[in-house]
Amino acid sequence: MKVQLQHVAHARSGDKSDTSNIAVFAFEPEFYPLLKAQLTAERFKAFYGEAIRGEVLRYEVDNIEAMNFVCHGALGGGVSRSLCLDNYGKALSAAILGFEIDVPDTLVPKLHGQHLLKAHA
Amino acid sequence: MKDKIRIGAGSAWWGDRVEPAKRNADEGQLDYLCFETMAEATVSAAQVRARRDPTFEGYDTYLDDRMKAVLPGCMRQGTKIISNQGWINPDGAAQRIVHWLQTMGYKGVKVASVNGSLITDKVLSMTDRILENGKPTASLADNLISAEVYLGAEPIAQALAAGAHIVVTGRVADPSIFMAPMMHEFDWDPMDAARLGQGMGIGHLMECGAQVTGGYFSDPGFKDVPEPWNFGFPIAEVEPDGTATLCKVAGTGGAINLQTVKEQMLYEVHDPANYLTPDVVVDFTTAQLEQVGVNRVKVSKIGGKPRPATLKVSIGCTEGFIGEDMFFYAGPGALRRAELAKKILTERFRIVGLEADDIRIDFLGLNAIHGAATPAHAPEPYEIAVRVAARTRTREQAVKVGREVDGMAVSGIGHTGKRVPHADRTREVIGVWSSLVPREKVPASVRYFES
Repeated sequence: MKVQLQHVAHARSGDKSDTSNIAVFAFEPEFYPLLKAQLTAERFKAFYGEAIRGEVLRYEVDNIEAMNFVCHGALGGGVSRSLCLDNYGKALSAAILGFEIDVPDTLVPKLHGQHLLKAHA
Repeated sequence: MKDKIRIGAGSAWWGDRVEPAKRNADEGQLDYLCFETMAEATVSAAQVRARRDPTFEGYDTYLDDRMKAVLPGCMRQGTKIISNQGWINPDGAAQRIVHWLQTMGYKGVKVASVNGSLITDKVLSMTDRILENGKPTASLADNLISAEVYLGAEPIAQALAAGAHIVVTGRVADPSIFMAPMMHEFDWDPMDAARLGQGMGIGHLMECGAQVTGGYFSDPGFKDVPEPWNFGFPIAEVEPDGTATLCKVAGTGGAINLQTVKEQMLYEVHDPANYLTPDVVVDFTTAQLEQVGVNRVKVSKIGGKPRPATLKVSIGCTEGFIGEDMFFYAGPGALRRAELAKKILTERFRIVGLEADDIRIDFLGLNAIHGAATPAHAPEPYEIAVRVAARTRTREQAVKVGREVDGMAVSGIGHTGKRVPHADRTREVIGVWSSLVPREKVPASVRYFES
């Protein structure tokens, strides 16, 4: 079953100069291998399109079942130069919650936000 | 040596709430209360303001509010205070704190100021390349406002060892503010990377205040926390090896759980195995987290590697201006009217010869926040704000943005909602660049005052 990432993981973004780091955290340990296999740096960058102008590096942080995506050129030249209303990119992490993840049927009962899944079914 | 110390957070940025700091001071049973109040451009912005406004003291504009709120609780319980509210004038901040201590009747309290981070007049001779683009730092000479080094925890620990009850600094790496009391109390060697790594990791978890106690976290139906209008700031109960349990004052809102701690662990981190700080290179990839009680998470096994030979320098420069404004559409067809408005503005900027390095015309409600990452199938909103911004070399050019939005009032299209401008719609851009400087070239100095 294909679901939005928001049912599988949570995310937080942080800023440093013109780089946004968007960290993605598996809600359950069983979800982490799915994230690793499906949410590659290439797909992550493609999902954000021109909003990320530079390279995306992916760091796996197995001890906390998380991945850190370091996105260069994502903050309009830097927090103080950016013309974006959200110049720190603090809302930027929310976009990836719409990325589609394929989840095996056995794990569907463990998905978070079941109320929204039922609404769509 | 104490077998445990309690370190509380008092602020995570300049504009942070004061009331949770007071609550930590009054009810947190703290040994230390630590304040972080500086952003990347704080020093440069303070320098610009100091040039224009001779009455500006050069330290945190909320220094009075914060100190008036926490000094009674801290003095009553013997809680020491460490704060980077000194900005470009740590001596002035220390003297102001002495003033409040005297006003409140606390005599003989030792207050230290840590100086040495400001290197504006020396930076071009001490540094080589700009980290972000590889150009020589000398290329910034004409527009240089300010340069400051990120100092580490050592001068703060030195001040504590000399008996300071309150230490106020200029630029110091944020987590060092929280690690310094651990170094001092547990007598850690500044070269003991394993201890310092764990301590700085805890400092990193604390430096953003409520971001580890449920702030910047809630998402209804997915990640709910109690009373998100009543957050407590975090408290770390630290053991002599740096192992710490994060907790908060009873009766405050928010939550401390594995999710909030994980999110904060990677906040503003690039390579999680090599988080660079002045005191140590932190490795979060070995960290162990354990929920040991309600709103209590134990954090251990954060790694550390020897500190870098260089310190980071932040260099602020004037880089021109931004002009911005917005106007509004609503109802059926809001998007088609917004699209025409965008076309009109684009033509107008051509007609008036707007010279800009970058221009954005966004539809707030549709694509102003995520920009190019907005999904193509995003639904048409009922209301849209057309938000226009341009970055220019001169203020004269930036003013054109607001003046052309003014034209949309009677020379625009049907159903245009428009504000009468009540504030300056231009602002100066302070660009921030980074470089490195050998640490031995930037000695810190400590001064002492007494109430």
